[in-house]
Amino acid sequence: MQTSPVPRLELTGITKRFPGVLANDNVGFAVKPGEIHALLGENGAGKSTLVKMIYGIMQPDAGQIRWNGQAITVSNPKAARKLGIGMVFQHFSLFDAMTVLENIALGLDTRVPQRELEAKIRAVMQQYGLLLDPHRTVSTLSVGERQRIEIVRALLLDPELLIMDEPTSVLTPQEVEQLFVVLRKLASEGCSILYISHKLHEIKALCDTATILRGGKLVDTCDPKVETSRSMAEKMIGAGLKEIRKPAGRSFGQERLIVNRLNLPGVGPFGITLSDITFTARAGEIFGIAGVAGNGQNALLLALSGEAPSEDADAISVDGARVGRLTAKQRRMKGMASVPEERNGHAAVPDFSLSDNTILTARDRLGMVQGGLINSGAARTYAGEVITSFAVKAQGPGSLAGSLSGGNLQKYIMGREIMQKPGVLVVSQPTWGVDAGAAAAIHQALVDLAGQGSAIVVISQDLDELLSLCDTLAVINGGRLSKPMQVAGADIHEIGLLMGGIHGDHAAPEPAHAH
Amino acid sequence: MRIKLEKRPEPSRLMLVVTPIASVLLTMAIGVVVFDLLGIDGFRAVVDIFISPILLSYKWQDVAVKAAPLIIIALGLSVGNRANVWNIGAEGQYIIGAVCAAGIGIAAGTTGGPLIILVMLLAGMVGGTAWATVPAALKTRFGVNEILTSLMLTYVATQVLGYLLSGPWKNPEGRNFPATAPLQPDQTLPILFPGTTVHLGIAIALVLPFAFWLLMSRSVFGYQIRVVGSAPNAARHGGFDSNQTVWLSMLIGGCMAGLAGALEFAGALKALNLGFPSGYGFTAIIVAFLGRLHPIGVLIAGIVLAITYVGGQVAQTTVKIPNATAGIFQALMLFFILASDVLVRNRIRIIPSRKSAAAAVRGE
Repeated sequence: MQTSPVPRLELTGITKRFPGVLANDNVGFAVKPGEIHALLGENGAGKSTLVKMIYGIMQPDAGQIRWNGQAITVSNPKAARKLGIGMVFQHFSLFDAMTVLENIALGLDTRVPQRELEAKIRAVMQQYGLLLDPHRTVSTLSVGERQRIEIVRALLLDPELLIMDEPTSVLTPQEVEQLFVVLRKLASEGCSILYISHKLHEIKALCDTATILRGGKLVDTCDPKVETSRSMAEKMIGAGLKEIRKPAGRSFGQERLIVNRLNLPGVGPFGITLSDITFTARAGEIFGIAGVAGNGQNALLLALSGEAPSEDADAISVDGARVGRLTAKQRRMKGMASVPEERNGHAAVPDFSLSDNTILTARDRLGMVQGGLINSGAARTYAGEVITSFAVKAQGPGSLAGSLSGGNLQKYIMGREIMQKPGVLVVSQPTWGVDAGAAAAIHQALVDLAGQGSAIVVISQDLDELLSLCDTLAVINGGRLSKPMQVAGADIHEIGLLMGGIHGDHAAPEPAHAH
Repeated sequence: MRIKLEKRPEPSRLMLVVTPIASVLLTMAIGVVVFDLLGIDGFRAVVDIFISPILLSYKWQDVAVKAAPLIIIALGLSVGNRANVWNIGAEGQYIIGAVCAAGIGIAAGTTGGPLIILVMLLAGMVGGTAWATVPAALKTRFGVNEILTSLMLTYVATQVLGYLLSGPWKNPEGRNFPATAPLQPDQTLPILFPGTTVHLGIAIALVLPFAFWLLMSRSVFGYQIRVVGSAPNAARHGGFDSNQTVWLSMLIGGCMAGLAGALEFAGALKALNLGFPSGYGFTAIIVAFLGRLHPIGVLIAGIVLAITYVGGQVAQTTVKIPNATAGIFQALMLFFILASDVLVRNRIRIIPSRKSAAAAVRGE
């Protein structure tokens, strides 16, 4: 690959500090014209912060951005678009009740007559094979189609650099393929693409260069076609960190959690309805639930934790007790603990001290309440124990939960539940946005808890995490759970199909793959 | 130069205490300026409203009598506000509390004694609580905004009072004035210091804040209220029922307002007339916020607001300004305290402007 004399975009020494975190530490790399450049890193590695500075949403504290060779300051997104930088966000900003055309018109910086705009949109769609009717209402579109609106909106500005932030996290494998065709065509016409992801196989399939970030620092810039997935993964998460010590020859005991035909109507217009969820988790077993975001994972966690009780007492049993209609507090007394995905404001109260946060879920099981009064001494002691056992970086039990970094708060929350020795533990996205060290600690704690005979359910969108952690795996899609399968010997291709099952018309079962 | 608000990692404890004091001082400063502009001696007016009730010892009993209902109502409201339940109708609950107490007094006829007084106070609490059940039920059952319903019920309460005073409960010997007959001497609250107007209600208002402090800081109920207000999803995760929280905090607000109404009736006024609704239920909202929704803060803020009431009357005679002026000062205090809340959670940073290279290299 010849080196172009003038990179399209060049970053040098970019540093960004937030209170308590160094989000980007002296990061530098260059994107050539027509190059598909991956920005690879775990959640919390500083990818989003970096692109927000390129797109003008934030300003770097130090460092330089050069655009086609010239040093620039991108003061806001409008200035970025004027330079020729387009961005497609992970979360779309679309009005559901409006048409594709209206949504695109609203997102433009200048007013364009509707007829002219429609002609332009159709031309762009034609050119890149983005099939979409400009007059359709957004609410009728699939997620993949919605993303196309955002792409068209960005392409209308003839960008020289297109930033794609985790574009495939909500797409099915088929939609991903279509997206890649568009991106490759764009690149072939000279548009540079900065592709943010933590999915290694996609990066190997699509990108020319990969810049890897870890903990805000640049680890390496490499050629993903030469690297193996394993070597990139090691760079991304730090070598050897993710090794989980699982005792060999594990056997499972009695069934501790039985979910039997759990149905729960969705809440609100976009709520996912859970239908006929059925699975069993045994003592010592780690049961994984995979799936693309927004397929009912949240509803399932709420249904299991008791925050959204079922009408049917038999739908959920813990150690033989029928808990389907019990509340979260009552289920906890039966030995069932849970950790929801959102740390701040759901699993923990950010404005409360760590000590007060123990009272939230541990008050009854650990006897922190006598006669309606809280024994704050007991809460403080327990908080201190959690901090020590889980190596939580905090000043002490008096620190506010909201002042901890994401990884530390997650360790604290996991510790708070695990140290109550629950018979059944349900966790959602246990390592979401957590640095690699903390993730490894959390994984190890889960394995150890299972080793003591608890049944554990892990709901995660990170398939790699589930494959390395779990014994058994099922896929949730559109509020339905697939048949459980053994992780040892699971077929990744089949899992992928199950994850995408609801979108499009792939309901017809493909013939089983012969091995 | 840019001025930037930066979120503090932890709310500033210093600011938590400084801002209410600063709000009072700013209110005084603004008062001086505004009255001077109106051609009135602003300094004198502010001194009379804020300082003279403290300096004149014979005004202390007036301050105490006015502070008592404000403190008691605000204690109840601060519980709800902590849980983001907005009971704006304490005035109505206060009126109904007094009405119920008066009903007992009328029913008792000439019988008096501690038992009757106790029953009157209980009736007041029941009445205030009952008045608050309506917004609580509408909120939990149908999701109706409690701000509107509780406020509207205040006007209903006023009408109930007007009806009773103009008809069924009118004093037969009252020269046709719309007022109840005064209570028998042994039906009124005991006076704590002979020769003053300081009645038992003031002692209750001094003790209750400490009981509420204990309740809010040490009990599971107080914890529940604080979690629901701070992070409703976390409260649900912790197994706290949000509807139950709405009910409890609404009823406590109503109960305290009803108690305050009964105490004011049986301790200070001894008869109901159309002038009974004096706005304590609304002023108590200011007391709750000026006191930072903390029971002890409420105790102090209640005294401060009572001073402005008494001072307003002083200023009426000395600088000839209407009594309503005190209300303006009270409102100013609320504005300042709400505005200054930003400083508790954020710090101000002044960023000197950077002469940047060029925002747009390309383009124009």
